[in-house]
Amino acid sequence: MLELKSISYSVREGDGELGILNDISLTIPDHRLVVFTGPNGGGKTTLAKIIMGLATPTAGQIFWNGQDITGLGITERARLGISYGFQQPPRFKGLTVRDLLTLAHGEEKLSKDKCCQYLTRVGLCANDYLDREVDVSLSGGEVKRIEIASILARNAQLMIFDEPEAGIDLWSFARLTETFEQIHAAGNGTMIIISHQERIISLADEVIVVGDGAIRHRGTASEILPQILADTLGGCPVLTKEANAL
Amino acid sequence: MMDTEIDRALLEKIADLIGKPVGAFNIRKDSGCDGRQSTEHIEITSKTDGKSGIDIRVKDGTVGETCHIPVIITKSGVEEMVYNDFYIGENCNVDIVAGCGIHNCGDQTSRHDGVHTFHVGKNSRVKYTEKHYGEGDGKGGRIMNPETVVYLEEGASIQMETVQIRGIDSTKRNTKIVCGKGAEAIVTERLLTHGEQVAESDMEIVLDGEGSKGRVISRSVAQDRSSQVFYPRMVGNAQCFGHVQCDSIIMGDAKIKSIPAITANCTEAQLVHEAAIGKIAGDQLLKLETLGLTEEEAEDCILKGFLA
Repeated sequence: MLELKSISYSVREGDGELGILNDISLTIPDHRLVVFTGPNGGGKTTLAKIIMGLATPTAGQIFWNGQDITGLGITERARLGISYGFQQPPRFKGLTVRDLLTLAHGEEKLSKDKCCQYLTRVGLCANDYLDREVDVSLSGGEVKRIEIASILARNAQLMIFDEPEAGIDLWSFARLTETFEQIHAAGNGTMIIISHQERIISLADEVIVVGDGAIRHRGTASEILPQILADTLGGCPVLTKEANAL
Repeated sequence: MMDTEIDRALLEKIADLIGKPVGAFNIRKDSGCDGRQSTEHIEITSKTDGKSGIDIRVKDGTVGETCHIPVIITKSGVEEMVYNDFYIGENCNVDIVAGCGIHNCGDQTSRHDGVHTFHVGKNSRVKYTEKHYGEGDGKGGRIMNPETVVYLEEGASIQMETVQIRGIDSTKRNTKIVCGKGAEAIVTERLLTHGEQVAESDMEIVLDGEGSKGRVISRSVAQDRSSQVFYPRMVGNAQCFGHVQCDSIIMGDAKIKSIPAITANCTEAQLVHEAAIGKIAGDQLLKLETLGLTEEEAEDCILKGFLA
């Protein structure tokens, strides 16, 4: 179980402080699929990074399976079963797809069959990719799918995916949502997915709308989706005017 | 041959040799010959012109054979200048494994300067691997200055892989490859310097023949206060294609200078160069940490992959 208690995060701006997250408290029970959604710049990624240890909160505590992990680094959290799929994964000259999956899995050598399983789940063929370097020769969508495969290879108890759909083509996206569905159905871990996609939002047990550094709404997909659509129109005076003119 | 544990460890590091090599070989130890074997197709003989070194003659049509010619220096104060000439016949396909390892526990400088000259016959393919490594806790310097000159005849090719693993205090590499019609040279250079080490690599690929190709892939890591200078040059004198790619990771207080140059003396020459120097990207470290590696492990992993 993941518990966030009164998490705040701010950065220095000029002489003052700019609040990014303000007093967020949240509990996510095991085996849940939770989607963080909300406007750009609202604090979703910062909140996810704070869970992984990629950002340090200025106030508050994080508990993972009852243990206070607020003071732990990224490596220690990873070893406790937290994983994180980056929105824009880095590239590595010289590291192959097989190397990355092997590192993620934590075994000395990962068999081709196992690599194939992980890659197939993100719509990639092991024969084409295993020996390729994760460098600029791969497209953004390919790197993104390899990133997600590396999270699957970790078999972590908590998987955080930051906009997994970004840069991925429609066909691969369909395969990806099936994979999330399968993981969820099999009860293989807790997932936090940052997403704006209706298809992914509709898979969630709970949707959390993060905006202006706080939790704006919480609920099931069927409760939240109409709310998001209403906010989309309601929040923009131009769109509202246009919509009313129709 | 391979009398001591130091000999065995050095030979394994620089030439992947465990036990007596298969095929032709010449092991040079502390300026003497520690073992030699010729085969039906590859003949190794000592030089007869007064210079130190060997001649290696590979008969026409030799395919699938390997020749090991490692050099080890295990005594402090050994300084040598060696000339090895390779005469590769036509239609051959051979692997040549060179390399030099210095174990210096003393206070005197140990130094190996070697000039390797290859004459590669028509339609022959050579894979040439050269690893350099130094160790020992003495104050004496470990210096290596290799010079490699390659002449590729029509349709010939060389794939040259050079690696400086660790422990070489000073190196100045000179490489020159001249490609004839339809010939191809692929040079992969890997270099790591640390401490106060200095390294300089001067390379020239001359694409003389029509349809010739050249490719240089240089990757280096400079740590601590070490310094590196690269001068890879590609000259196109005919319809040809050449590509120079230099990538370096800079760490600590190191210094790296990379000066690639391309020269076209023919309108049909297509030449490209790329050079990049940068530190390990923060997001690379973070990514590997999220996979459970410590920062040090992540750094090692990135460097190992980069120099692989």
